[in-house]
Order: sequence, then structure tokens, then C-alpha cells
Amino acid sequence: MSGTTAFRRRYGASPLHLLLVLASFALAAYAGVRLLEGDTLGVALWFVGAALLHDLVLLPLYSVTDRAAQLLFRGRTGAGEGPPGPSVNYVRVPGFVSGLLLLVWWPLILSRVGHYTAATGLPADGFLERWLLITAALFAASAAVFLVRGWHATGPRRRAERRRRRARRATR
Amino acid sequence: MASAPAAAPDSGEEGRTGPERVRAVLRSVVPPGPPPGPTRPEFWRSPLRGPWLTAVFGLVLLVGVTVLFVTGLLSYAAYNPDLARTNDQTPDKGWLGFALFSWPTSPYWLYRLTQGVHVVLGVVLVPVLLAKLWSVIPKLFEWPPVRSVSHGVERLSLLLLVGGAGFEFVTGILNVQLHYIFPGSFYVLHFYGAWVFIGAFVVHVATRLPRALRAVRAGPVQPQAGTEEAAGLVPPRPAPPTVSRRGALGLVGLGSLALLVVTAGQSVGGWWRRTALLAPHGRDPGSGPNGFQINKTAASVGIRPSDVGPAWRLTVRAPGRQVVLTRGELLAMEQHEAALPIACVEGWSTPDQLWSGVRLTDLAALVGRGTDTPQALVESVQRGGSFSSVVLRDNQVRDPRSLLAVRVNGAVLSPDHGYPARVIVPGAPGVHNTKWVTRLTFGEPA
Repeated sequence: MSGTTAFRRRYGASPLHLLLVLASFALAAYAGVRLLEGDTLGVALWFVGAALLHDLVLLPLYSVTDRAAQLLFRGRTGAGEGPPGPSVNYVRVPGFVSGLLLLVWWPLILSRVGHYTAATGLPADGFLERWLLITAALFAASAAVFLVRGWHATGPRRRAERRRRRARRATR
Repeated sequence: MASAPAAAPDSGEEGRTGPERVRAVLRSVVPPGPPPGPTRPEFWRSPLRGPWLTAVFGLVLLVGVTVLFVTGLLSYAAYNPDLARTNDQTPDKGWLGFALFSWPTSPYWLYRLTQGVHVVLGVVLVPVLLAKLWSVIPKLFEWPPVRSVSHGVERLSLLLLVGGAGFEFVTGILNVQLHYIFPGSFYVLHFYGAWVFIGAFVVHVATRLPRALRAVRAGPVQPQAGTEEAAGLVPPRPAPPTVSRRGALGLVGLGSLALLVVTAGQSVGGWWRRTALLAPHGRDPGSGPNGFQINKTAASVGIRPSDVGPAWRLTVRAPGRQVVLTRGELLAMEQHEAALPIACVEGWSTPDQLWSGVRLTDLAALVGRGTDTPQALVESVQRGGSFSSVVLRDNQVRDPRSLLAVRVNGAVLSPDHGYPARVIVPGAPGVHNTKWVTRLTFGEPA
């Protein structure tokens, strides 16, 4: 028991952890040698690049975009005072879905696949148009939700206004 | 505990060892704590980040990635790579081929199902993977970068985990769009990449699953930042929320749903194909009996009219025997029908098409191998390409639905579907249904 404790203090985790990690490294090396055969540098760059793509490229890009959208939608008087601004989610949700579709299907949407028609016998055009129409539909749907919610939110005020007008007419 | 060397907090300056002295000097020069920027926990403001959200994404990926790995191995086995060098894209696989088995012909839609699931699920999991990476970003910059030996080893393992996941998703998604910009053969990269990834995946699950289950059981309530349960994810200085944690989950789910809607139709076919608005095989190449999906057109693999004109012959061989047939002689043989799909490794497929032609066993009988028919080498007139020839296993050749087809849906095969004759085998990957067949060789190669 005390031996294990000493190991834990020096290593930082249980011996089982070390054994498991070493087994996985050996497997990764066995497959990795085969993966790197051929264009070694190219594959290594793609592998490390794939590890960093989201964290160092995509995340800063979408975080800055999202921050800009939040600034745009923030209530005029700041947090806590006055009426809050409209929710940033009206633009965030359709923007996220549209961007996601582009991220996955960009080679077809941006016509990067030269031999697509030659191979499949299918027309290569239309992907960009369809993505744009989907994007339009997403933002339009968001606008519709915005309008409907706004209508509902101001409902009591409108009804009160109507009652007041009617009362004024009746007393005249 | 008693055997551990005693610490000496009261030892004087002269009692310090070399490394201790270096550390003392470093402490006096470099101020304690992380440098300004993303290494400071206060840098990360999103109030959403926390163990519950990360655990939910993690558990979804645990199930999803497991299905991806299993269906990927099934697809690898479906090519029968151990049967012949012709079939084998990864001849150096060594022990990584341990999971191979004879790919069955029943159910005839097996590959259509497993590969459709593999590709659709891979696409649908993209937002979950991105969300998971987003939720743990403070950990990438945690300070100090390495706390202990085990921590350093674990971070190295995470490089394999995240790099492997990214590599597999990127190569797969590019390949299904025929965008071959990756550095090598897709089969080689995607197969070995999966094995580099999976070890790190198992380690990650083994070390994190208990914590993830605890976090999910605790619910979306945020633990105090800096505590053990916070796992370094909870922001100490959160910004005011603009969306709830469940809302964020819904947003990721909506992203997955959107990808499912614009993709899955190409694996279902029929009316549903038109819903696959952004998928590569979301439209039909034509109408009529030959109007279904094409993997490679005749022109794209160098088929010339003279290759498949009146001079075309089918050679059927076995050791010591050879028969040469004209198209007319092939049509004069007993014709059989089979309703079978085409299912591609790229995830798209067609519904069942009604093929008619000559049974492979009947062709084997011409060279005396009609009973106990052995494996067969099928060669196409196409020029080059990885799959211009393929070896079918004996169970595939013997299946009565395995045909050398000359007609489909009542019409003569079109050039793009393999005129004058193509192989169709139940359950086989699309490229094993060789088109423009010119030679069949039954038996082990000499």
C-alpha cells in the first residue's frame, strides 16, 4: 500500500493509469508508423493541424464573431438598467446552423471539386444556391419567431390601449 | 508512508540541492501564477462551461464514436482485404487486421446499413465534437502546462485523441465529397488514423467516465469555480448568460438535426434523396431504368467505345480451362434476376435495383467449377484505378443472387452502369460490383 502511495506521489496517478497510457502509446506507435509511411511530413502536419484546427483557428473566429453580435444586441443602457436588448440568439442560432453546414460541405458549396461531375454524372452547380437559400430560410424563420414573440410580449399593452380608446369614445 | 523520504522544510540555504536552488531563483525572477491571457482562469468568461455540459457532450461522443469505430471496422472487413493483394489497400496492416472475417452476403442490405450509418453519424456528430472541444478550451491553456509526470503523459495522450478525432472527421468528410486533398490514399489514412486515435480514446474514457457520470447525475447546477468537481471548467468570473445551458445543448442538437436533414437522404434514396440538399449524391443523374446513382462514369475511368463495342469478349478461366464468350452467347445463357442495392463506402446508396444476368456459378460451370465454386478474380476493361479488378470470396461467388448482370430494371445496362456486363453481389461494397467486366478467373491465382 505504501509503495503505491509513493508511486502515486511521484507519478501523479495510479500505476494502472501509467500502464493503460503506455499500452495506448504502443498501439498508436504501431499504427502511427504505418500512417506516416509515404508522405511523412504531410501526414504529421495534417494530424497536428487537425488537433489545433478548432482550438486555435475556429474558436477564435467564432468567438470574436459572437462577441461582435452580442455588442450589437446589448441593451442601450447596459446591464441592469432599462429594458434589455433583444436576445442575440435570434442571429446566433441561424448563424450557427448556416456556418455549420458550410463547415462540413464547403468543398461542394464553394465548387472546389473539379472532377465531381465527371465522376458522378451529377451537376456540380446548385450547392452554393441551396446553401444560400437554406441560410435565408433560417434567418427568415428566426425573424418570424422574433415578430411573433414581440407581438405576444406587447399584447397586454395593446389590449390596455384599445380599452382606453374605447372608454374615451364611450364617455364622449 | 513511513518509507517515504522525509521532507526538510527547515533545511537552510546551504542544504538545498541543485534543482531546488534553480527553482528558488526562478521564483524570484518570474512572478507566481499564470501569465496574463488564456492561461488565467478569469480569461474564459462563458457562464455555460462546466462539468455537466462537457459530460453530456462527452457521453454522446462515447456512444457515437464507438458506433463509428465498429462500423468502420465492418467496412474494412467488407472489402475482404485478407483474400488477395488486389483487395488490400493496407498490405502493411499486420496485427491491425485481426478483426477481419468473411463478409457475408446476407442480409443483402448489410453494407448499405452499416456504411450509411457510419457516414451519416460522422457528419451528424461534427457539432457535438466542436461543442465538446469548445467546452474544455480552458484546459488547453491550464497553468502550469505540466503539473506532474502523469499530467504530462495525459496531455500527450490528448494530442493523439484530439488530433486523431480531427484527422478522422476531416479525411472522412473530404473523401465523401471526392475532395482528395489529403496527403495519401484515403483508405490508408483513415484506417491507420483510426487506430492511432482509438487507444487514446480508450484511455480518455477510462480516466474520465466516472467523473462524467457523476457530473450528469449532479445535473446542470454549476459547482464552485476552482473546486474538485469544477474540473477546471467553471469560470471564476462568468459573464451574464445570454443562453441557458440546456439552450446551448439544444443549439448543438439543432445543428446535428440540420446536418442530418441535408445529408441522410442520400443513404435512404427514393423520394428522400431530394431532401439531401447539400450531400454529394442528393440528386439523381437521370431518369428511367438506368437513372440511379453512379460511382464513376465510363468516361472518368477511360472506357473507350471500342472496349465495350462488338469486339468485346468475356473470358472465363479456371486452371487449365478457358472459355471466351461474345455478348450474344452470354445473353443466350440462362438469365436470373436479383433485386440488390449499390452501397458506396462514401455512405450514399441506391434502393434495390432489379438486375438480370447470368449467375456467377453458371459461368464457373463453363470451366468445370460449377460445384464448390472457388473465389474469383474479376477484371474490368477500365484503365487504372484501385478497383479495376477485385477478388470475390467463395461465399460471394456461390450466392445465387450474385450475377454478371447485363440488364437493370428491364433495360440494357447504360455505359455508366457497366455495359456490356457488370458484377452485382449481395452485401458487397459498391466498388466490388465491378463494371465493364472482361475476365473472370475462378480459383486461387497460379
